[in-house]
Amino acid sequence: MKASILFTLILLSSSLATAQKFLTEKGTISFFSDAAIEDITAENTMVGSLFNATTGELVFIVKIKDFIFPKALMREHFNEKYMETEKFPKSLFTGKLKGYTLTDKGEQNVTATGKLTIHGVTRDVEVPGTIVFDSGKAMMKGKFMVALKDYDIKIPKLVWQNIAEEIEVKIDFVYKPMK
Amino acid sequence: MKRYLVGIALLTFSGLAFGQDDLMKELESSQTNDVDYAFQTFKGTRIVNGHTVETKPKGTLEFIFAHRFGEVNGGYYELFGLDDAYVRYGLDYGVTDNLSISYGRNSVDKTMDGYAKYKILKQSTGAKNFPFTLTALGGVAYRTSPKKDNVPPGFKNIDRLAYVAQLLMARKFTPSFSLQLMPTFIHKNAVDQTFEENDQMAMGVGGRLKVTKSVALTSEYYYRLNVNENSPYKNTFGIGVDIETGGHVFQIVVTNTRGLTERAFITETDGDFTEGDIHLGFNVTRTFQLGGSRSKN
Repeated sequence: MKASILFTLILLSSSLATAQKFLTEKGTISFFSDAAIEDITAENTMVGSLFNATTGELVFIVKIKDFIFPKALMREHFNEKYMETEKFPKSLFTGKLKGYTLTDKGEQNVTATGKLTIHGVTRDVEVPGTIVFDSGKAMMKGKFMVALKDYDIKIPKLVWQNIAEEIEVKIDFVYKPMK
Repeated sequence: MKRYLVGIALLTFSGLAFGQDDLMKELESSQTNDVDYAFQTFKGTRIVNGHTVETKPKGTLEFIFAHRFGEVNGGYYELFGLDDAYVRYGLDYGVTDNLSISYGRNSVDKTMDGYAKYKILKQSTGAKNFPFTLTALGGVAYRTSPKKDNVPPGFKNIDRLAYVAQLLMARKFTPSFSLQLMPTFIHKNAVDQTFEENDQMAMGVGGRLKVTKSVALTSEYYYRLNVNENSPYKNTFGIGVDIETGGHVFQIVVTNTRGLTERAFITETDGDFTEGDIHLGFNVTRTFQLGGSRSKN
């Protein structure tokens, strides 16, 4: 009986002690839309993310207004017509990362599964990517497609600079260990 | 022993179930509360005839073609005003995100105009709270009519100049509704003092109501404050429909003035809206990106 209590305590304390968390406040998310008239690219270098390497839990927050475009007008349209940023200022992801070993030094193929919220719509997603643990840092990369209709993002009829129905989203996070 | 194992299992399980939400809360609390500036209080740089608080983003050049027909009460003989046309061609350029300059040419009195517009304060929420956007506008208008050979006796070139200073204050109350106040001061170098003053003041009010994501209704009215009792002129009023299509903003307007400089539309509007002295018109803008846009707001 006593042994089992001790066992529990050891288990709990050990899991607390080794919970290795990583943080970034300047993660990069970029997207690319291949359209008939004009290709559109945008980059957000202000993405906040936390990654608990012990449990695999992964979350990130994207502020929509921080996306930067090559043309000022694209940014206006993106915020006002597509993303309705005043109504839905943030995109969120909560999920888990699987397929890595903390002690492994090389590039490891991983999969993130969880819930992605864009434009107020939450969907289950599975995103393939890679992770590298090196000198205390964690570098995570991923790429996936987002179909606008899945997130109820409508293309305004009057905008002739149409963007593609599906856009390619890239994730590039460099995490620092959290104290 | 079994009981404890169940306990551990439950603990671990609950830890997993709530872990992601806890992690999200932790991330949210670690994020700094930044400033959210109101964007696009108005779609364009003009409400109907006059300016909005909006400046062009850095490195963008906007070509504005504004056109007013004659008065609709001209009857069939004038094809309800469509036989006449008054135009302004203009360019607006964003020197910085907050500073724009513009140049234009008007057919009314063959006037050239130039403006500088500076956004002093921005409506914001979040870490910094400010209730409205404040923009200062300064402009000069130079009328090239009358022609040099046709000037009346005593006329000097300096008499062709008029100046405008405006404070534009706007608040975006909701994503679809914005309201603007524009106290205005106009100085004309030369006037006929039997019916107008050199220095004239006016208070303008304007607004925008979005109907859909790409269509908005706009309106503006300027109330003149020191009107000479012999003044033949009226206060200017206008209504517009903004339609945005990609890089263009197309505005269809009805207004009682044909002028497109402040001197002309605020102090020299001769049409009476209620009498049917209404001009149909449109403003068409096309935006070009010249420099790189690395701007955040």
